Amino acid sequence: MLLTMSGITKTFPGVRALDWVDLDVEEGEVHCLLGQNGAGKSTLIKVLAGAHQPDSGEITWQGRPVRLPTPVAAMRLGIATIYQELDLVEHMSVAENIFLGHEVATRGLVRRRAAQERAAELLGRLGHGGIDPRTPVGRLSAAGAQVVSMARALSHEVRLIVMDEPSAALDPDEVDNLFRIVGDLTADGVAVVYISHRLEEIRRIGDRVSVLKDGRVAARDLPARTTPTEQLVARMTGREGRSAFPERPAAPATAAPVLTAEGLAREGEFEPLDLRLRPGEITGLAGLVGSGRSEILETLYGARRPTAGRVLVDGRPLRPGSIASAVRAGIGLAPEERKSQALLMLESVTRNVSLSSLPRFSRAGWLDRSREGGAARRHTRDLALHPDDPERPVRTFSGGNQQKAVLARWLLRGCRVLLLDEPTRGVDVGARAELYAVIRRLADEGVCVLLVSSELPEVLGLADRVLVLREGRVVHTAPARELDEHRVLDLVMEGSPT
Amino acid sequence: MNPTQDQTAPAAAPGPGPDSAPGPGPRRRPRIAGGRLDLRHLSLIGVLVALVVVGALTKPDQFLDVDNLRLILTQASVIGVVTVGVTFVIIGGGIDLSVGAIVALASVWATTVATQEFGLGGMLLCTLLVGLGCGLVNGLLVAYGPMVPFIATLAMLASARGLALQISDGKTQVVSVDAVLDLGVEDSYVLGVPPIVLVFLAVGVVGWLVLNRTTFGRRTVAVGGNPEASRLAGIAVKRQRLLLYLLSGLCCGIAAFLLIVLTGSGQNTNGNLYELDAIAAAIIGGTLLSGGRGTILGSVLGVLVFTTITNLFALNNLQTDVQQIAKGAIIVAAVLVQKGRVTS
Repeated sequence: MLLTMSGITKTFPGVRALDWVDLDVEEGEVHCLLGQNGAGKSTLIKVLAGAHQPDSGEITWQGRPVRLPTPVAAMRLGIATIYQELDLVEHMSVAENIFLGHEVATRGLVRRRAAQERAAELLGRLGHGGIDPRTPVGRLSAAGAQVVSMARALSHEVRLIVMDEPSAALDPDEVDNLFRIVGDLTADGVAVVYISHRLEEIRRIGDRVSVLKDGRVAARDLPARTTPTEQLVARMTGREGRSAFPERPAAPATAAPVLTAEGLAREGEFEPLDLRLRPGEITGLAGLVGSGRSEILETLYGARRPTAGRVLVDGRPLRPGSIASAVRAGIGLAPEERKSQALLMLESVTRNVSLSSLPRFSRAGWLDRSREGGAARRHTRDLALHPDDPERPVRTFSGGNQQKAVLARWLLRGCRVLLLDEPTRGVDVGARAELYAVIRRLADEGVCVLLVSSELPEVLGLADRVLVLREGRVVHTAPARELDEHRVLDLVMEGSPT
Repeated sequence: MNPTQDQTAPAAAPGPGPDSAPGPGPRRRPRIAGGRLDLRHLSLIGVLVALVVVGALTKPDQFLDVDNLRLILTQASVIGVVTVGVTFVIIGGGIDLSVGAIVALASVWATTVATQEFGLGGMLLCTLLVGLGCGLVNGLLVAYGPMVPFIATLAMLASARGLALQISDGKTQVVSVDAVLDLGVEDSYVLGVPPIVLVFLAVGVVGWLVLNRTTFGRRTVAVGGNPEASRLAGIAVKRQRLLLYLLSGLCCGIAAFLLIVLTGSGQNTNGNLYELDAIAAAIIGGTLLSGGRGTILGSVLGVLVFTTITNLFALNNLQTDVQQIAKGAIIVAAVLVQKGRVTS
């Protein structure tokens, strides 16, 4: 056994994040760690990375008991961690990032050539020899940054790599490459602890699965390939899984569209697009990362100025490039990066919810805080915010509940068009179903929804109509029930219209 | 057994349980959050009390004298008004290095012979307009330039000081308008409190109200805490930034007028290093330099701590060099204490 963690317990003020958790990892295996947000996965890997100190418990590494007081100590043993939010320095080059903290140097003088050569070698090993080690990391795609992070891990003598949702920002073909790398690593005897919300990935590369729930081990030693999905979901949620997408009557196609886009385009991002969103309709945008999905949403919302075409709400054109104009017309955006683009993490849920509706609760700039709190609470209650305490800082809530805060903001504003960009990213399985129900209900109440998601089952299951995007162009439009995942994937990658 | 169980105990417990259990919580929580902020203020009040004790022990007759306490408050008032404005700018995610220079320029401009002809009203209007004008330039550069606040206000610092020197020709301009001078003498005190201190008090109270009870204050916190999220939430981020620098400029104008009343003159060397004192006071008061968090009360307490220290050192005949070292140590200590609290 390469690694054995036993009886790990870690308490934060008010929360027992880990309660007597065991984990063992063998050489060359892919050990999957499943669990909802808040189940303790992050805390556990931080203990393993030396970033958190457990209150009690033992860690045995290659048969010897060890302590991991600092990240450097973990690194020295050969434990590397690739965090979900990549810790790269954008302005520094690929090579500088890879050797950050252990620069290739002689007597304090950095040997840039040597570093670049070694970086190129590592990148080549990862199947990305095309990345120039001199490129600033900020210019790389999400997948490229991921590769750099991986190269950094490999620049040490690693025996164990922890990957926290490495595929979250990747396209299907990039995920394939990631899996190939994982395969190569494990063939060399390196062990991988793999965290992901996507069960199908776990089936493809996993050996064993451990499930965490509420800081405890809910299941261990499950075979990754053969354990039925329902069983895994049941262990994670503590309840039996149900189909998240019940059938739903189609929205009447006769209703006048609320939002219309006419020839809307942004040069270099997406080609002229005509779009009609009817009340009660959920429209899905399927496409790879970088196919222009987010750009379309942000242009509709006025966060980007179109180079051609216009957006109309109820037949009246919006001021191009003006968020204020879009918001006034009743458009709301739940952006892709919740934490950096939507929320004030230090502030309470109430204050986050009321942010776009402040004038409603004020007279001559003077806020009526009890009315503000009451209105915000009505909407968070309505969305079943949990815990039901909107005065708590939003950062203390799980991803799903943070997303509810963003939705509540727009419901409070009385929004009629909701633009949802990856609404379930970083949201665990149980909370996803809840969000799906919320989105459905909003549509049933007459809101038009435009949904962007990397997860095809989500788009196909939720949307009434799906637009398939490829390189900034809509290549296919069809009712969701006439499509299946394979067909959409073909369209997304090949772009062939039939 | 099973059906009854399902309908009663276990079904009821996990169902409404999580929803109703935190029910009474929300009413308690905000108070805890408020209590935590109070704790930070309490520690500053503790420092103040300690300073008073030191003063009372080392110079019992002089320190606790009413005139001396009045002096401390009067000295705190000028920098205090500036600090309130700077606190808003910092909470809004900016920085204003030009406040001292704006105070100097406004005080010099308002005390030229030409302006003094317009009397008290003209001089007051002049200080406020100069302050607002400089704030407007700062705000336009930062919001619509867009320029990094540090650079834009650094440029203003240099220019405003230069202009102040040019206008005054480096000479002290003595005020001869009686109405202005009268505001500084004992006859004008209200219940023993100098008008200057009352102005500081008013600015502090209004600042607190604006920050905590208005949409402007809420937007300031939002823009400082996460400008991108604020923009995508439909807030006019640029306008907010412009308004913040206008506010800071206005505070500088008020402070310049107070300084004129206090010294009976205008000088181009006025307000020297105010920018650093104001930022330091805001920081030890708990304002995050990165924006998004801060309080007016904390800043006011920060100013009082610094002013009291200066007074204590002067009474005990210690040199300014020792004062400066002590100030630096206090800034470091305060930030370290707060850091521990934020992360825990």
